[in-house]
Amino acid sequence: MKKTYEIEVDCANCANLMEEATKKTEGIADVTVNFMTQKMIVDFEEGADEKKVMKSVLKACRKVEPDCEIEF
Amino acid sequence: MKKKQKKMLVRILVALALFIALQFIPVGGIAKWILYIADYLIIGYDILRKAFRGILNRQVFDENFLMAVATVGAFALALYQRSDNCNEAIGVMLFYQIGELFQGIAVGKSRRNITELMDIRPDYANIEVDGKLEQVSPDEVSIGSIILVQPGEKVPLDGVIVEGNSTLNTSALTGESLPRDAKTGDEIVSGSINMTGVLKIQTTKEFGDSTVSKILELVENASSRKSKSEEFIAKFARVYTPAVCYSALALAVLPPLVRLLMLGTTPDWSVWIYRALTFLVISCPCALVISIPLSFFAGIGGASNQGVLIKGSNFMETLSQVKTVVFDKTGTLTKGVFEVSGIHHNQMEDAKLIEYAALAECASSHPISRSLQNAYGKEIDRNRVTDIEEISGYGVIAKIDGVSVAAGNSKLMNRLGITYQDCHSVGTIIHMAVDGNYAGHIVISDIEKPTSQKAIASLKKAGITKTVMLTGDAKKVADKVAADLGVDEVRSELLPADKVAEVEKLLKNKGDKDKLAFVGDGINDAPVLTRADIGIAMGAMGSDAAIEAADVVLMDDDPLKIAKAIRISRKCIRIVYENIVFALVIKFGCLVLGALGIANMGAAIFADVGVMILAVLNAIRALQVKNL
Repeated sequence: MKKTYEIEVDCANCANLMEEATKKTEGIADVTVNFMTQKMIVDFEEGADEKKVMKSVLKACRKVEPDCEIEF
Repeated sequence: MKKKQKKMLVRILVALALFIALQFIPVGGIAKWILYIADYLIIGYDILRKAFRGILNRQVFDENFLMAVATVGAFALALYQRSDNCNEAIGVMLFYQIGELFQGIAVGKSRRNITELMDIRPDYANIEVDGKLEQVSPDEVSIGSIILVQPGEKVPLDGVIVEGNSTLNTSALTGESLPRDAKTGDEIVSGSINMTGVLKIQTTKEFGDSTVSKILELVENASSRKSKSEEFIAKFARVYTPAVCYSALALAVLPPLVRLLMLGTTPDWSVWIYRALTFLVISCPCALVISIPLSFFAGIGGASNQGVLIKGSNFMETLSQVKTVVFDKTGTLTKGVFEVSGIHHNQMEDAKLIEYAALAECASSHPISRSLQNAYGKEIDRNRVTDIEEISGYGVIAKIDGVSVAAGNSKLMNRLGITYQDCHSVGTIIHMAVDGNYAGHIVISDIEKPTSQKAIASLKKAGITKTVMLTGDAKKVADKVAADLGVDEVRSELLPADKVAEVEKLLKNKGDKDKLAFVGDGINDAPVLTRADIGIAMGAMGSDAAIEAADVVLMDDDPLKIAKAIRISRKCIRIVYENIVFALVIKFGCLVLGALGIANMGAAIFADVGVMILAVLNAIRALQVKNL
């Protein structure tokens, strides 16, 4: 299932790093981070708990870019 | 400017003032050191903090870490050399922060500019409640509601006009500045601007399904489909930073050791460490990483402003490599509506013959009879027509004003025993007999769009090597249209499934790097649109099927836009490559100069930030596609 989240990230490379970090998170089938529109399009794995997954996504992203925000 | 950016600006100004003051204040020793460190912390404390957190998170190779190492290293070096000249560390940090701030502002501004350009979202819809107008959000309007659009307002939802006449400006959707007329009964698409009269519209779609929402969604998601260049840069960035860092380490350690052990000279540790630190400053791939998606975003934004919707950065890339363009005929190169194109061998006046034909065919709803009625142009008085006899597969016999009129094909003439003249023109021929005598024939054909010929010519000028036309129409008709327009190859009398097979054949026979585009009207050629390297649907205003199936959507049905779309994509891709090459050359140049000790840390950061700024400015050029 696909969902789009608003994000806040300042640099383009950080957006790429966030994408990579999110891809490795459990419960994520695929993800695209769009720096230009400041959006994150997340494709969850079947039966994943969105809230829980997004929490760990945010944690993973904060590791690579401490300043980032994801609204969920 | 965002709050964060304002705060940064203040920090930069304070640090800069202190930095300049320090050059003149005659303090020495410990006091000077304290002031230097204070200034350094003012400008760089967040970098140090982030670098520290990065180490804790085992994210060593991020730019914060690199900047921290480079500047702290410069400090340490100054301390070690007892030069008490710490200008370099502070200067580098200061310049880095100025660059970051500028980048943030420039990117933010261009992002806003592009988004504004694409902003066709209506803010409200007017609904009449108890005789008074009320503004509501378009989201709240349900299907079948009546909305009122006043002159100067955007049409918020798709619908049908139930009352009023006006002219519409559809330039935000199609890039076409010529206004369109709209009258009661016409369908109307959201996003167009009502220019003259008040319109009452019955909505046929909810806001989420309306044309405006579809377009916005499409364009916004377009930059999420990443192109090969973007993937390349992302991969490159992943390798580049660690590679430069390890080279820096090697640069700091190996040459001094070689000098010490092999050459027996002084190791010059500080010289080589300084050069290594210079390396670190150049190791951020920012200019590349920022400018590529920005170029694509600008290109997609500029194109959508011209009525060309490109559904992804990857399609932008493919479109620029197109060498073969395959067209569907009907609705793409021709208007797809039948019109009277000639009247031959007639004794009576053209208008009179058309009048007879239109009246005779008045009971039929066949496209041919409709085109005859259109050609007649006046209200049809059915009372003048009696004894209508429709003979399926032949034509019509009727009495008009008491005179017997026969209109139909050659078989009808044979059946009635009337000698007729055959026709050389291409199209559907309607022979006419009035009062038992042959009265000439009317040629009805699907007419070419006025810009089709120019469109093919401009495609050839743009470097398209092969144009092919596919059609289900008769060979005679197809050959003539192809010859008229200058299309290279024709395949006629194809069934819809044959078109897919033909495209597959063409795909097989072309070079690997050359791409094939198929252009159709999106109505029953969806399988071909998806099979081609890139599917272009035209005349898509209000047609969801076309928007769904195609990779590139032309909002109006002007075939000239095909060449324009290709030119837009070429410009965008050229800018992308310019930025890649430019940034790489400068970076590697600086690395070499830094390693040789020609460029110092200040020059390195200047080059780094400068490249980024120029790349961003260059990327914005992709937006300027109006006069391509």
